[in-house]
Amino acid sequence: MAKITMREAINQAMRLEMARDPDVILIGEDVAGGRGCPVDDKEAAGGVMGVSAGLYGEFGAARVIDTPITESAIMGAAAGAALTGLRPIAELMFADFFGVCFDQVYNQAAKFRYMFGGQHGAPMVVRTMVGAGMGAGPQHSQAIYPIFAHIPGLKVVLPSGAYDAKGLLIQSIRDNDPVMFCEHKMLYGEEEEVPEESYQIPLGEARVVREGSDVTVVALGRMVHLAVEAAGELEEQGISVAVIDPRTISPLDVDTILDSVEETGRVVVVDEATPICSMASEIASMIVSDGFSSLRAPIRKVTAPHTPVPASPVLEAGYAPTAASIREAVEAVYNYR
Amino acid sequence: MNLDEAALRHAYETMRLMRIFDETGRREFLAGNLPGFIHMYCGEEAIAAGICAHLTDADYIASTHRGHGHCIAKGCTIEDMALEIFCRRDGLCRGKGGSMHIADLEKGMLGANAIVGGSAPLAVGAALKIKTRGDSNVAVAFIGDGASNQGTVFEAMNLAVVLKLPAIFAYENNGYAEMTGVDYHCGSGDIAARAGAFGMPAHKVDGTDYFAVHEAMAAAVEHARAGKGPVSIECVAPRWYGHFEGDPQAYRTKEEIAELEQTRDPLTLFRERVMAESTLTEADFAAIDAAVSERIEAAMDAARKAPLPEPADLYTDVYEVYD
Repeated sequence: MAKITMREAINQAMRLEMARDPDVILIGEDVAGGRGCPVDDKEAAGGVMGVSAGLYGEFGAARVIDTPITESAIMGAAAGAALTGLRPIAELMFADFFGVCFDQVYNQAAKFRYMFGGQHGAPMVVRTMVGAGMGAGPQHSQAIYPIFAHIPGLKVVLPSGAYDAKGLLIQSIRDNDPVMFCEHKMLYGEEEEVPEESYQIPLGEARVVREGSDVTVVALGRMVHLAVEAAGELEEQGISVAVIDPRTISPLDVDTILDSVEETGRVVVVDEATPICSMASEIASMIVSDGFSSLRAPIRKVTAPHTPVPASPVLEAGYAPTAASIREAVEAVYNYR
Repeated sequence: MNLDEAALRHAYETMRLMRIFDETGRREFLAGNLPGFIHMYCGEEAIAAGICAHLTDADYIASTHRGHGHCIAKGCTIEDMALEIFCRRDGLCRGKGGSMHIADLEKGMLGANAIVGGSAPLAVGAALKIKTRGDSNVAVAFIGDGASNQGTVFEAMNLAVVLKLPAIFAYENNGYAEMTGVDYHCGSGDIAARAGAFGMPAHKVDGTDYFAVHEAMAAAVEHARAGKGPVSIECVAPRWYGHFEGDPQAYRTKEEIAELEQTRDPLTLFRERVMAESTLTEADFAAIDAAVSERIEAAMDAARKAPLPEPADLYTDVYEVYD
């Protein structure tokens, strides 16, 4: 099996689905390559991060659609096209930009199925970039997916690597409801073994990344890698850490988390998003409600602080959780009584 | 006036259904029988009728909070609409949408919309679907004068021009954005010219004149179906009622409203012209009026007595699958 990057895995997923279903289109800023008609198909940039490179050459301007900088119209057009029969993939370049277009997603697309009495939903995927780590500053670095998860009618996917990204994106494109597919910008270049053929990963099924019997770490997105790193170090100290990657935060695989908590009784939840009204809070609250009798220590949350994301690399280094901060939290819950 | 008698009868009946549906709905609202809000379309009937006369079920419209007229013109059955405004179990949206969200996808009616300016990007999306599939249909966004100032509408117009989509932006300038007059809220004072500046043909017509709307839409549809891109039509037709039922309308005089009813009634204007220029008579119109009233009373009566949603319906149709 070949090792490819998460960028390539996402590209493969789109290519496979576009080849399979003529109703799948890709629409967004520079997704073809800029100005809708690149000088050379093969050189088409395929978005600011090159994630859709080559799709224009293969599927043409009718299905790989460059737009102006016009996020409301992109999201609204995707919603309207989805309501009437297409399966659009709409690229919202940075998730931070949801602020100028979210009405089309949360008041329109997310509510069609319910508001129209089940007549039709909006089978669309919003692919969007999240996360800190490249000094992009307060308006290009946020992990605002807890806001998406708050909205009934939306599904929210947060892959931690290339293999999951491909299977989850194919599943998301075939899903008949709107899916917010959140791609961490620092993971695009990370490689994993990925099969060439098409495969699907169901939404709402967590992955047990690592078995463990002393402490359960639930980690999201890029944090999964840091949690695994911390778990390896802790093992040398004799602490057995389970790492669970929910992969989708709406729906959330409650059972897999609770099964692990039943064994360990000690929990650390790790997320790069800010802490208030967050998925870390949600997961901790769920465990307290539904797994209270298993708990042997207070749940610790390891998150970003309640601040914007700074541009300065020095400050940004202190923003997101680290393997060290995860390890410290695991030790604290492990040593609690 | 080059419409045959059947088309004239249909146009009048459609407008009459709108008028009586809303007036009867208002009565039910004031009696406390309808939840939420109701927004009256009276005075604007010729717009929806003239626009939708050119559409089939395979064409799309995206509507506004003042959407009952659009629904009727697009072919939604008033019986199903009545059930929905009463929020009954068997309404078009199972009682979950209500007056501001009536939708009927089989008729190409993509929903009334309670977000002002929400319709335009959705219609652009429907137009994108049409173009992607290589069809020759059109998608119409109804947009109020208030919504004409929204960024979503500007973005939608620009994208439709850039992608050359078969979208038609039907502006309904009814004089007021909620309580604020168009002379105050529209900076340039000219909605059609502003739309035209986006790079599309822009018509401006008297929206109380069915024939003027019909003619402008004929040109717009021909342009859009031919793959030449979007068109806008500003239809000027002052509304007779407040923004919502219960609006005390302190921002305008009773005389203004009375004069509108006297001089700008689209149904009266239609009747007078048609009687002068065709074989239809006063009696023909009276017969349509009687049939419409009877049908709407029956629909409202049935809706009032219809079963309510079951409590468990609260939880259905959020997602197709979620677990």
